[in-house]
Amino acid sequence: MAKEKKTLNLNFGPQHPAAHGVLRLILQLDGEIVEKADPHIGLLHRGTEKLIENKTYIQAVPYFDRLDYVAPMNQEHAFALAIEKILKIEVPTRAKYIRVIFCEIGRILSHILNVTTQAMDVGALTPTLWGFEEREKLMGFYERVSGSRLHANYFRAGGVHKDLPSGLDSDIGEFCEKFPKIIDDLETLLTDNRIFKQRNVDIAIVSKQDALDYSFSGVMLRGSGVAWDLRRSQPYDCYDDLEFKIPIGKNGDCYDRYLCRIEEMRESVKIIKQCLKNIPKGPIKTEDGKISPPPKKKIKQSMEALIHHFKLFTEGYRVEKDEIYTAVEAPKGEFGVYLISDGSSKPYKCKIRAPGFTHLQAMDYLIKGHMLADVPAVLGSMDIVFGEVDR
Amino acid sequence: MKNLEDLEKLINSELTSKINSSFIKHNNIYLNIDHDELIEVISFLKTNKETKFRQLIEITAVDYPENEKRFKMVYLLLSHEYNHRIIVDYYIKENEVISSLTSIFPSANWMEREVFDMYGLNFKNHPDLRRILTDYGFEGHPLRKDFPLTGHNEVRYSEEQKKVIYEPVKLEQNYRNFDYESPWEGTKYIKEIKKN
Repeated sequence: MAKEKKTLNLNFGPQHPAAHGVLRLILQLDGEIVEKADPHIGLLHRGTEKLIENKTYIQAVPYFDRLDYVAPMNQEHAFALAIEKILKIEVPTRAKYIRVIFCEIGRILSHILNVTTQAMDVGALTPTLWGFEEREKLMGFYERVSGSRLHANYFRAGGVHKDLPSGLDSDIGEFCEKFPKIIDDLETLLTDNRIFKQRNVDIAIVSKQDALDYSFSGVMLRGSGVAWDLRRSQPYDCYDDLEFKIPIGKNGDCYDRYLCRIEEMRESVKIIKQCLKNIPKGPIKTEDGKISPPPKKKIKQSMEALIHHFKLFTEGYRVEKDEIYTAVEAPKGEFGVYLISDGSSKPYKCKIRAPGFTHLQAMDYLIKGHMLADVPAVLGSMDIVFGEVDR
Repeated sequence: MKNLEDLEKLINSELTSKINSSFIKHNNIYLNIDHDELIEVISFLKTNKETKFRQLIEITAVDYPENEKRFKMVYLLLSHEYNHRIIVDYYIKENEVISSLTSIFPSANWMEREVFDMYGLNFKNHPDLRRILTDYGFEGHPLRKDFPLTGHNEVRYSEEQKKVIYEPVKLEQNYRNFDYESPWEGTKYIKEIKKN
């Protein structure tokens, strides 16, 4: 008589350090082989989209920080661009450069976190300790420019909230000089490391076609050899004037994605350096008083400025009836905002397209046939942050 | 197809009867179709050599409670080859069933689950239509306009029962929606005076 096959159901998370937050993964195991993975998400669902429908456009910005909370400003960027396109606001050049500098800092923040925690998931602790020291410095820059280390609330439709405080640009420049050395150090720990390679090479290979079919974007797509980066193909702000390379992978496995992230950090450093070199002086937000609040000093002298200030912080600015989709290349992939405005000062609908959501969806496809021990490696290489998956 | 205008013309000539209206704005093509034609239109856009919209970016719905056809379904597609985006939409009634796109794009799976969860719209031929973002045993569809912002139930840990319990929402102060409709551009009577 044939022996009946027995499968084991295993709950992975929601309280598991390698689940990168609150993922509950129900695995069907045949011995140590994963037969099926069913991710249960939504444990961090806060109803961001519903809340945004009930807030004015200015009040909606902080919600974007709380999506992918390791690279907050990149998300604000998408929202700011959407409003600017509808209202046809001219953004001053200096603001564009500042935004790009901080988006690239966000990219480094996110990639350091991902690379080092991926290493930790497969057993290496040291990279995390080294990497987090650098993250601390970068979050220091965030704090100096916006007042907070994580939830920045810094980008506005029409520019940014405040100009760079004095000395910040030279400090960022100094960081850019030193940081490539840190990446080298991280690489000596990981890139040729035998254990790291054993755990990542040839794990969760994604073919080009599948990467497209599963709506992958960002590193997940480039790791499979598709040269697609929104900063290059649909440039926004000043990415058009900057020189940078787009690293792509060859095999589409976890290791290639790791290599892509390492290279992207180097490119980000180059971008920041170019921005610091070319950044012009001038205003940092549009001077249209109907959209950006007047300086404090003016409020005391000008009646019009006072009215503008009052109106902006009670009613907010109105956005004419329109429907738009804008996307930016966030560290994790294509982050998009599909905005429907109805002429009032609140969005009628604001759908947030988070890259992590579509990546996590492919979990079942990626992990099928792999060992249980590969689950953390695959999760790590997908770069999942639950703030944006659950919204 | 390099040019957006040419692409719009091509789509219109190939799919004539299936398209209600189309226009170009913000560098995107907006396409309004009949809801029975969804599968054909999407598979045409995906497979045709001149369009090659091979990536599904997002599926979502919009609620217009005052309309007879209450929901607008929206599909965002991207073509890497030609670097174009297209937004396909159509209107449906509340209890109409939508054809699932999972056979064309596997990634439609979770996106449709999210629409089902948030708007309560049903998909036919979907392999696994469950709630996705809300709690186990959740009732209602949060992104509908008639769903209250504060929700219906709240959760807390009960020391007496030693478990997490659900209770109707009790707020010290209700959510207040201030009406700021006001004379930013001049009140009604001022506008009337100006007109005369």
